Amino acid sequence: MSLLETRGLTAFYGDFQALFGIDVAIEAGETVAIIGSNGAGKSTFLRSLTGLLSNAPDAIRYKDEPIGDLPANRIVALGIAMVPEGRKLFPSLTVEENLKIGAYSGRDGAWSVDRVLALFPFMQERRQTPATALSGGQQQMVAIGRALMSNPELLLCDEISLGLAPTVIKDIYDALPAIQQTGTTVVVVEQDIQQAMAVSDRVYCFMEGRVTLEGPPDELSHDAIKEAYFGLKGAA
Amino acid sequence: MDWVNAVIQGVLVGGLYALFATGLSLIFGVMRLVNIAHGDLIVLSSFLGLAIVTGVGMHPLIALLIVVPLMFAFGYALQRGLLNFTLGPDILPPLLVTFGLSIVIQNALLEIFSADSQKLPAGALQTASLQIVEGLAVGVFPMIVFACAIAVIAGLQFLFYRTALGSAFRATSDDADTARLMGIDNRHIFALAMAISLAVVALAGVFLGMRTSFDPSIGPGRLIYAFEAVIIGGLGSLWGTLAGGIILGVSQIVGGKLFPGADQLAGHVVFLILLVVRPRGLFPRAVD
Repeated sequence: MSLLETRGLTAFYGDFQALFGIDVAIEAGETVAIIGSNGAGKSTFLRSLTGLLSNAPDAIRYKDEPIGDLPANRIVALGIAMVPEGRKLFPSLTVEENLKIGAYSGRDGAWSVDRVLALFPFMQERRQTPATALSGGQQQMVAIGRALMSNPELLLCDEISLGLAPTVIKDIYDALPAIQQTGTTVVVVEQDIQQAMAVSDRVYCFMEGRVTLEGPPDELSHDAIKEAYFGLKGAA
Repeated sequence: MDWVNAVIQGVLVGGLYALFATGLSLIFGVMRLVNIAHGDLIVLSSFLGLAIVTGVGMHPLIALLIVVPLMFAFGYALQRGLLNFTLGPDILPPLLVTFGLSIVIQNALLEIFSADSQKLPAGALQTASLQIVEGLAVGVFPMIVFACAIAVIAGLQFLFYRTALGSAFRATSDDADTARLMGIDNRHIFALAMAISLAVVALAGVFLGMRTSFDPSIGPGRLIYAFEAVIIGGLGSLWGTLAGGIILGVSQIVGGKLFPGADQLAGHVVFLILLVVRPRGLFPRAVD
């Protein structure tokens, strides 16, 4: 049994169809990367998983329970947390309040404010700072910490390297092993293919709302990825 | 001493205006909903107080123990059952629906209580006053109202900035979708905000009824005072709202003393001047 499974998942924004029958299975404990160009449907897929977009109940199964039609505020209590694209920290809240509100759903587990501060020590001195006064990379770490505060079994990270300097991206990904050690299954959505291949056990490639490629990174050839990513057959 | 007296009266009546305004400011802050029916809900509370006072024969201040919880529950149900469905990217539906609600409340009150002027009997409290110095006495009831206004604002300030529920209010106000990702049910949070707003409205309504006479048509006038106090103070600032209420109250009483009969006009003129000088109010919130 997979931790999370989607069957024929579709998604619409009004009349516009963004996903055309996505079948994805995520096993407990693995790290999965979802790659694809802009508009491939990666973020829409994560929004569907978190309940921000509603679906047929059976389109998404978590621990073999149908959750496709549950609202977002109930899904986090089941153990699925998201680091949203663009971080989406609450500007009216301090760093510490942002972390604490991550625990709103009240799930028990190993994560606490102190443990997040140990993972990202810079926050210690910035606890009382308004969250959006931090640098982009620091904000991204707060967003990750906030998601961890719900003690997720499945952590969804949407474009956590977007717009950040390479050294900052490295700092952020360096935190990943500590998160995986707690048994958390991680899904990262990435535009940076190298980064995605480096951190993941398995890769899904999306194009125009469909899965075009799936497999462990070391078994996927450069050409196969190029074709699945850009839809260019035989291009050199 | 006359002038000192006028200013003190103005400050104290400003407490009542702050109570009018606090609930309006609170729900605008949390859900960007402009409640056109706010003034009529104040008058509804006055009549609710009247029904209880005349029906059971208790003092209006005791009746608060019933009116406040009733309006709290009504606020929750109103938001959950009606106003939540009007919220969205378009700001027009909540305006239209609360405008309709305003008309419904006015006409229902007219139907049940007629257009007669009413007053809540406050008994001895009506005329009780404290002599401060020779020639300067302050009414006990206006002081109670002012003290309640400060207590309500301090309480809300504590709720918003020191409690987990307050963080949830602010987070939902910032970004309702991301708040839902945290497990916050925004429909419930909005309903709680409206419930708290109407609990304050209940307090304001009963105080209004004890202070002056009221009838079903005076709601929109109270809404204007509330708007003015909120805008003078700066959107989103609770203590600013108190300052706005006080400025409005002092302007009215001092203006009425300078130009008899022009008290309301004086309040509006001061409001307009402040709007020109400080368009964002005296204490605008840093994060918008």
